[in-house]
Parts: sequence; structure tokens; C-alpha cells
Amino acid sequence: MGETMLAPTPAPGPAAETMLPILDIRHVGKRFAFGGETITALSDASLRIERGEFICLIGPSGCGKSTLLRMVAGFETASEGQLLMWGKPVAGPGPDRGMVFQDYGLFPWLTVSQNIAFGPIARGRPKSEAAATARRFVEMVGLTRFADAYPHQLSGGMKQRVAIARVLANDAEVVLMDEPFGALDAMTRERLQEELLEIWAKARLSIIFVTHAIEEAILLADRVVVMSPGPGRIIADERIALPRPRDPTGVEFNALRRHLSGLLGSLH
Amino acid sequence: MTALAARLGSPRQALLAVAAPILGILAWHVATSGPGYHLIPPPWDVAVQWWDLAFGGIWDDLYSATLGTHALASVMRVYGGFALAALVALPMGMLIGRIPVVRDLLDPSLQILRPIPVTAWLPLAMIVFGIGPRSAFFLVFLGAFYPILLNTIFGVRSVEGRLFEAAAMLGVSRQAVFWKVVLPASLPSIFTGLRLGLGFAWVVIVVGEMTGVQTGLGAIIMEARQLSRTEIVISGMVTIGVLGFLSDRAVQLLGRRLLRWSPQHG
Repeated sequence: MGETMLAPTPAPGPAAETMLPILDIRHVGKRFAFGGETITALSDASLRIERGEFICLIGPSGCGKSTLLRMVAGFETASEGQLLMWGKPVAGPGPDRGMVFQDYGLFPWLTVSQNIAFGPIARGRPKSEAAATARRFVEMVGLTRFADAYPHQLSGGMKQRVAIARVLANDAEVVLMDEPFGALDAMTRERLQEELLEIWAKARLSIIFVTHAIEEAILLADRVVVMSPGPGRIIADERIALPRPRDPTGVEFNALRRHLSGLLGSLH
Repeated sequence: MTALAARLGSPRQALLAVAAPILGILAWHVATSGPGYHLIPPPWDVAVQWWDLAFGGIWDDLYSATLGTHALASVMRVYGGFALAALVALPMGMLIGRIPVVRDLLDPSLQILRPIPVTAWLPLAMIVFGIGPRSAFFLVFLGAFYPILLNTIFGVRSVEGRLFEAAAMLGVSRQAVFWKVVLPASLPSIFTGLRLGLGFAWVVIVVGEMTGVQTGLGAIIMEARQLSRTEIVISGMVTIGVLGFLSDRAVQLLGRRLLRWSPQHG
């Protein structure tokens, strides 16, 4: 990744920032109507996330982790409870919460730079400013040589770098990641995990990262939130106090892995 | 240079591409030359006729050196009818694809109108538009209309849902989604529709010019048929084939330029 340059961190939220969490999820539930039946995807989930925290949501499929993420993104509305960002209710998607999808969601008709400049331009920034921003973030994710390439010419890892760059270029304060590295090969995945941690540390981002890989969660997160299905709910919220970079072969790491495996294993 | 070469294909490909027509002409020659009377003229007679039709100087009859006029008349009708079809079908397709009320209002009727062949419209067109170029224009329009419409609807409706989410989370307003996402995402389908539409416009030009117009490749084909000038009929057919091919090539080149981003077109 080399030297990274980032936009100046956005001005801190309200004066009461010290008291307000960046995200406050209060007793949130989600029900779907499905063929005349009501299915509870998520029930009574509460979570406070401070600015700059790296949260991993982990759990088997059907535990509502993606649903929770999509509600924070504003793609879904909560059936009950409240989602607050800086104390204000989340109403629909917005650039302050950038989403990184597992399938990238890049615009195939735009080049790498244009994809990254898309957000700033959509929000009415002058073209020249957007182009300069795009150049900065293209460099940050190490894709300068591919600035003018189209998505179909890129590898999966490169596409995901573009997807990360485009939410950062758009001044996202919270980055929501839905199994972002799930479709990548192991080596690319490790590289991107390292790069993500570097960016996170420099940009004071708050990240909610959905994964089903225990090791990935322990490697990345400040807190691992464990969820369980039927109905989806939060069953544990573990703080990972290990210093970074973390060694997946270390004794404490293994103890945590065993502990979380136990939590997840007891679900069946 | 290499790009151009790739576009034209390898020498082997070029050779194969011309092999079939040459074999066809040879077979045609063998079947129609020699003693006895043939209803179909041999290729050489057609070539001579085509030359006279294009440049004159051989027969110097009513048809000599008129090919340009006829071809131009047909080209104008093809592109005119096609342009009008695009003008109506593109916005209509986008509305049908995007707005459920419009879809419910128009789609069933269109599905009933669509299977009616252009030739079946001919008598009605002549009643409504009279004998002459306006009927021809209408029929060409009709031929180009449905492929453009259907592919536009398909393109607009099959935009990946993920792209709408991506645009929303990047701050695109609901009003801007159409221009920022729907239109560019559906361009490949729209383009396919335009290409098919133009192809159909060429296909129906002869039918369109059966409506009693004086000029046009379809008109001379029909006229020459009545006069048993089969060389002229075939010359007209060859001309339509070549013009249709060239116009399709031009559209394809345009598509490659505009849709460089699409793995199917780039």
C-alpha cells in the first residue's frame, strides 16, 4: 500500500461526541412476510458502536447479521426499535455510511477512477475536485496503473479495492462490509485484511464487518459480536484486546478462537 | 494496427468469409450457363446489368445509371423510418420498463400487436397513408419499432439491483438514478435493439416500396419483376444486401466504441 494519503477526517460530529456513540442500535427487530407467514429475521438487537471501532458480526447463515448491516446502511427499515447515527435516526441510505458488497457492486461502464469519483460527483462536487480525490484514492489502494481500466478487466481483489476506495473517497464515516473478502482467494484475502487495517487506523473509520470466518473476525476486530439464528439475535459481544498485528498462531489468539467456536458450536 | 487487424480477422478468416460466396456464384454459373433457356440469368449477365444500372453506358435504357437514385431513396426511407422508430420506441420502452402503470397500460396491447407481420399491415397502410412513400416509411418504421422497444424494455428492467443500492449509498438522489444508473446500465441491450431494428428496416424495405412508390430498390425490383428483367431484380437484391451489411458494420463499430466497458461488446 505504501504511503497512504487520506482526506482530512470529517469534522467531529456534534459537540456531545464524547457522549454519543457514532451508532446506537436499540432493540432493533426485523420481520419479513414470506408466503403468508411472518419470519423474524432479527429480534431485539442492541449495539453501541463508538467512533473508530472495528466491529465484526459473526454467526451462521440466518442469524440476521446481513439484515442488521443492511438496516444500518438504510437499505431495509427496522420493524421495531431504533437505529441512531450521531443520535439521529437513520433514514435511508446515505454517503456517511458506505457499503462494501461481497459482489463489489461497481458500475461496469465506469473506469476505476470514474467509479471512485462517482460519489463525489453525485453529491455535486466540481469535476476537477472529484478527479483529484479519485486520483488520491486510486493511489491509496495501489491501482494507479489501472486507473483507466474497466471493472471487467480487474481481478476480484482489485475490484474490492476499488469498492473500498469509492466509499472512502465519498467521506464515509462508517464503512459497512458484507463478507467483503468471502469471494477472494486466501492470499488476496490476507493482503486485503492487512491493507484494510492500515486504512482503518489512519482514517479513524468505524467499521462493521460481517463475516462467517472466526479467524478473520479475531484478526480484525476490536469487538466480535456473535449472533445466532432462529430468530436472529445477538448472543455475545467479545472485546478482542490483543495488540495488532495479531498472530493467528499465538496462544491467546487460539484461546479466543476456541472460545468463539464454542459459542458458535453450541448453537446447533 | 493490431486492433484493426483483430477487427478484420485473420487472413484465414477473411479467406473463409469469401469462400462461400465464390462457391455460390460458381454453382450459380454452372446451373445457368450453357445451352438451353434459363429463367434465372447467369452471374455474368447480372454483373453487366448491375454495372449498367449503376453507371450506364451499356444498355442505355430507362434503368441505366439510376441505381444511385434508387439506393438513395431506399437509404433515406430505411434511416428515416428507423430514426422515427428509435425516437418513439426508446422513450416508450424506458417508460414501460420503469413505470408499472405504463407497463400495465401498454404492454398487453403491444403483445397483441407484435405478432402481426409487417406485410399484413400493407393494405391498411395504403388506405391510411395512401399509395406512395408515406406508406413505405410507415412500414419501415413498424419493422424497426418492435426490436428497439422490446430490447429497451428488457435493458431497463434487467439492471442489477445491487447497482441501485450502490448508487443510493453513494448519495445519488432518486431523481438522478435514471440518468446515473438505469440508462448507462441498459445501453448494451438498447444497442442490440437498435442494431436489430436497423436490420429489420432493411428487411422490410422491399415490402415498404411495394406500396407504389416510383423510386427505391424495392420499387425497381417489383417493376423489373413485371417486366421479366430478372437481372435487375438480382442486382437490386445484391445492392440491398451490401448496403444492409455496410450499415450493420457501421453500427457495430459505433457500438464497440461506445460500449468498450462491456465484455460482450468491447
